[in-house]
Amino acid sequence: MATGTDPEARAAAGGDPAGRGVHHAARAAIPDPHLRRDRWWLQPAVTVAGLLAFVAYSTWRAFAGADYYAAPYVSPFYSPCLAENCESMPAGADWEIVGGWWHLSPALLVLIFPLGFRLTCYYYRKAYYRGFWASPPACAVPEPHRTYSGESRFPLVLQNVHRYFFYAAVLVAGVLTWDAVLGFRDEDGAWGHMGLGTLVLLANVALIWAYTLSCHSCRHIVGGRLKHFSRHPVRYRMWGWVSALNGRHMLLAWASLVSVAVADLYVYLVSSGAFDDPRFF
Amino acid sequence: MTAVDRQSWDVVVVGAGGAGLRAAIEARAQGLRCAVICKSLFGKAHTVMAEGGIAASMGNVNAGDNWQVHFRDTMRGGKFLNNWRMAELHAKEAPDRVWELETWGAVFDRTPDGRISQRNFGGHEYPRLAHVGDRTGLELIRTLQQRIVALQQEDRARYGDYEARLKVFQECTVTRVLKDPAGRVAGVFGYERESGRFFVVEAPAVVLATGGIGKSFKVTSNSWEYTGDGHALALLAGARLVGMEFVQFHPTGMVWPPSVKGILVTESVRGDGGVLRNSDGRRFMFDYVPDVFKEKYAESEEEADGWYEDPDHHRRPPELLPRDEVARAINAEVKAGRGTPHGGVFLDVSTRMPAEAIRRKLPSMHHQFKELADVDITAEPMEVGPTCHYVMGGVEVDPDTAAAVGVPGLFAAGEVAGGMHGSNRLGGNSLSDLLVFGRRAGLHAARYAAAYATGAVPEPSAADVELAAAEALRPFGAEGGDAAVSRGPAENPYALHQELQQVMSDLVGIIRRAGEMEEALHRLSGLRSRARRAGVEGHRQFNPGWHLALDLRNMLLVGECVARAALEREESRGGHTRDDHPAMDRRWRRVNLVCRLAEESAGPAVADSALGLVRLERQETPPIRPDLLALFEKDELAKYLTDEELL
Amino acid sequence: MSYQARFKVWRGDAGGGGLVDYEIAVNDGEVVLDAIHRLQATQCPDLAVRWNCKAGKCGSCSAEVNGRPRLMCMTRMSVFAPEETVTVTPMRAFPVLRDLVTDVSYNYAKAREVASFVPPPELGPGEYRMKQEDVGRLQEFRKCIECFLCQDTCHVVRDHEENKPAFAGPRFLMRVAELDMHPLDAADGAGIDRRRAAREAHGLGYCNITKCCTEVCPEHIKITDNALIPLKERVVDRSYDPLVWLGSKIRRRGARP
Repeated sequence: MATGTDPEARAAAGGDPAGRGVHHAARAAIPDPHLRRDRWWLQPAVTVAGLLAFVAYSTWRAFAGADYYAAPYVSPFYSPCLAENCESMPAGADWEIVGGWWHLSPALLVLIFPLGFRLTCYYYRKAYYRGFWASPPACAVPEPHRTYSGESRFPLVLQNVHRYFFYAAVLVAGVLTWDAVLGFRDEDGAWGHMGLGTLVLLANVALIWAYTLSCHSCRHIVGGRLKHFSRHPVRYRMWGWVSALNGRHMLLAWASLVSVAVADLYVYLVSSGAFDDPRFF
Repeated sequence: MTAVDRQSWDVVVVGAGGAGLRAAIEARAQGLRCAVICKSLFGKAHTVMAEGGIAASMGNVNAGDNWQVHFRDTMRGGKFLNNWRMAELHAKEAPDRVWELETWGAVFDRTPDGRISQRNFGGHEYPRLAHVGDRTGLELIRTLQQRIVALQQEDRARYGDYEARLKVFQECTVTRVLKDPAGRVAGVFGYERESGRFFVVEAPAVVLATGGIGKSFKVTSNSWEYTGDGHALALLAGARLVGMEFVQFHPTGMVWPPSVKGILVTESVRGDGGVLRNSDGRRFMFDYVPDVFKEKYAESEEEADGWYEDPDHHRRPPELLPRDEVARAINAEVKAGRGTPHGGVFLDVSTRMPAEAIRRKLPSMHHQFKELADVDITAEPMEVGPTCHYVMGGVEVDPDTAAAVGVPGLFAAGEVAGGMHGSNRLGGNSLSDLLVFGRRAGLHAARYAAAYATGAVPEPSAADVELAAAEALRPFGAEGGDAAVSRGPAENPYALHQELQQVMSDLVGIIRRAGEMEEALHRLSGLRSRARRAGVEGHRQFNPGWHLALDLRNMLLVGECVARAALEREESRGGHTRDDHPAMDRRWRRVNLVCRLAEESAGPAVADSALGLVRLERQETPPIRPDLLALFEKDELAKYLTDEELL
Repeated sequence: MSYQARFKVWRGDAGGGGLVDYEIAVNDGEVVLDAIHRLQATQCPDLAVRWNCKAGKCGSCSAEVNGRPRLMCMTRMSVFAPEETVTVTPMRAFPVLRDLVTDVSYNYAKAREVASFVPPPELGPGEYRMKQEDVGRLQEFRKCIECFLCQDTCHVVRDHEENKPAFAGPRFLMRVAELDMHPLDAADGAGIDRRRAAREAHGLGYCNITKCCTEVCPEHIKITDNALIPLKERVVDRSYDPLVWLGSKIRRRGARP
């Protein structure tokens, strides 16, 4: 028959009257959940691998509570350092705000802020919803869940706190900037020196700033919330800059994730004596 | 009797493009219940393809602009064959129609001081086209669509139903305008494309806003909807078509790849600095400035290039001549062997503007060439050639009310209406035409229908409904054909359509000759008899073959009108170029050619005849009002008007 | 250059159907819609397909090609190897009517639920003044051709039919964003709270910004980054910002007699 509407074909197609999603009874009867033939799984797989690697590394380093300071360099995982059990960092951000009762790694006190910033970041949300939660794994590939309410309910409605983490992340980025400046000293605290570690910290802090400022919340706060750009020329220009950065938010998210791990690793290697920081002058 | 759904409304609008939606909005605003019937989904009408802008003399960019200048440009563009009253109303009302769109949410490009920006366009003396990049038509259709939704929201608040007073019947085709025995419009007959079910919408007033006829031609910028439905419906209902010989070929359509041949390359490319070159690299338009335009156009490249920056002290580049001139010039260059590999000429912006400016000013052209032809217009020239774009001819209407002459209750607006553009339409005047006359048609249809609010409404005769249903079903029983008129195997409607397009393009195309058009009429008659055997398989549910078989009737009728009128007019003017009569003749300016259906074929189930179905009459054009004539220099008028008219 | 391309096209209706194999002649420079048209003209005249402008401007010929939501008129055959089988199905998030045509009325219903532009009462026609920088954002959204591919690909409704009543979909959330960013929209004065409506009536919270809408948009509108996320941030301003919440409480208390 010209139309190809054959009841038998429909039975074979598994037209389930109570079917979910693309198998809903009213939709085109196609047995395959999706017909994509490209390597759609590659991107979520790479995302998962990348994020897991970082989580594994950072867990180890955050709980270690050691080898995070090698004057003049401090690991970004441990700055600011807020407990009494911190190593002494001359002129650095070792503020003993929390006091002496804290016996775990001091990294845990502060990592929560950059971690929260990244966890609620609009890019990372996409990445882990797709990669870990398969919601959806890729476009037009069905997700496995029976129900879905997205970010409309607890707990995911809490993703809306992103902008407060952004404020915290700006403070942390400020501290890391100071840490990078301190890198222009030698081991004894004398200014006017520089080593490979200085470059590592500088590169890291630059990427951290770029990532932080490219944040969607930042874009909103800087100017996106306005109705009349023409009445706020300065904020409009700033919004333009942030928007340009924002276009590369994903790239900056990964670059800064790698750079922060590399910076920490560098400090670890120097601090543990596995590597000697080459000094330029 | 065939089971037919019946509904009753005050005003029916056929077509949901700019004119149809504007008419519907107006009819609803007048307090009447209005139904809109369209072949596509709501919001997909061909108006979305309009790129350049809406011509309206708001004077935002050049304060010297006003309605008189716009009127003048329109008359010049149409070679003075325009219905002067329509051109006057159009020029006067266009600014209000544009401003009104803003209050409905349209977002035009802006001038530095925050007003609606206006751009230059061929034939317009000042920057006049309100625009949004190169997607003005989309903005127009979306704005009107959203205005209709807004009105529906009001109706829901008041009556509890979105569609209480304004309803869009989408994906439905109208095949007949129904009349009562007294000859008054009584409604329309049509079918739902989705289900194939027939329906009758009864209404005392019907507004035709169906657009044009481009699908009768092979290379066209028009979509499948442009099968001349409204032209044919009007003819069949007893109305007349005026000026059907004038078909505009847009000078710049894509010529490659074959699948997109004909798709439009907006005139803004030239308005913003793009130039035409032949395969020798020559800017050939300087060779084609006709005498009537000599004083207004630049003679050297330096002068032309200066115009973009300083229009007050330079004359316009000849690339911005009216469309008919440019299309003929390109046609001549290609015929002389100076065309591009794919049979067009080069249109170049890549050497004229920085890549960034091209992407910003012409985003959808950049996108279109990138995606469809794999050409980066910031780096290489486009290949373009003429494409059938617009029909100036259409239903003869009263200029003030848009009422079709001779059929009480029938109205027409937009491309389906004739007269406004004379022998050639200026770019940008189409969208303003839709708005100005769409509103007028809606307004006067509502006033006309309101008169029936208390009295007896015209009722369609049952026999006419029967005949309309039988006509629509004929393709399913086509095998063998109707013995009385045509015998033979069933014909494939797609093949017939292709043949029709070939005939129209080859024989009644951009350059015309008497012998070829006689041949065209002969071949059309053969196609007409075969079309009665156009047969389809399958069933009535969303069956495109069936739809096309029914549309063939309209395309054939319209094709015949174009061919007959073109054969009759022995001169060249605007969108009508005769190889055998290459000059414009002032005596012909006083003549409108009017098509009507032959008497013996007025019924729905007509007997076929080689004679054709269309009769042609000559009609004298109404004299232009003296105060409007006074807007022109005497010298200029002498080029168009005969000596006795000038007295 | 011309070759015989292998196609699988979904034929059927709401009652059922399946993929049918065809061989179609394809020429240099053609798109999927050309092949479908040739199929219609030469092999199955009753093949149902929506199309209109054939230039990517009207958004009618939406379908899924090799499992990806696409406009058929903008999918060039040259992206497939000649020996590759091209599978064309209707959009799978909407009820099928016949062959490649789906019932997209969900979208029209959602369009009606978005409160329209409210003209500023103090300005008449012709008095609107907006700078280009004020309207640039909106104009990106108004490029939308309503092909509904974003609605089709969005897993919120594609994979969960039950979410359709509560979720307007990317296209119409973008419409809310557009109106909320319109410099002259007077919704506030008319008692319309667009941000609240975005959350409560249009289901913005369902969006988990996984960006498939942006990926499939044939107009390359950055739906997620420029419309949905900014709208989410605006909703945060309105509903989740404790300072704003406190401020509005105090103001409301102060307003009491």
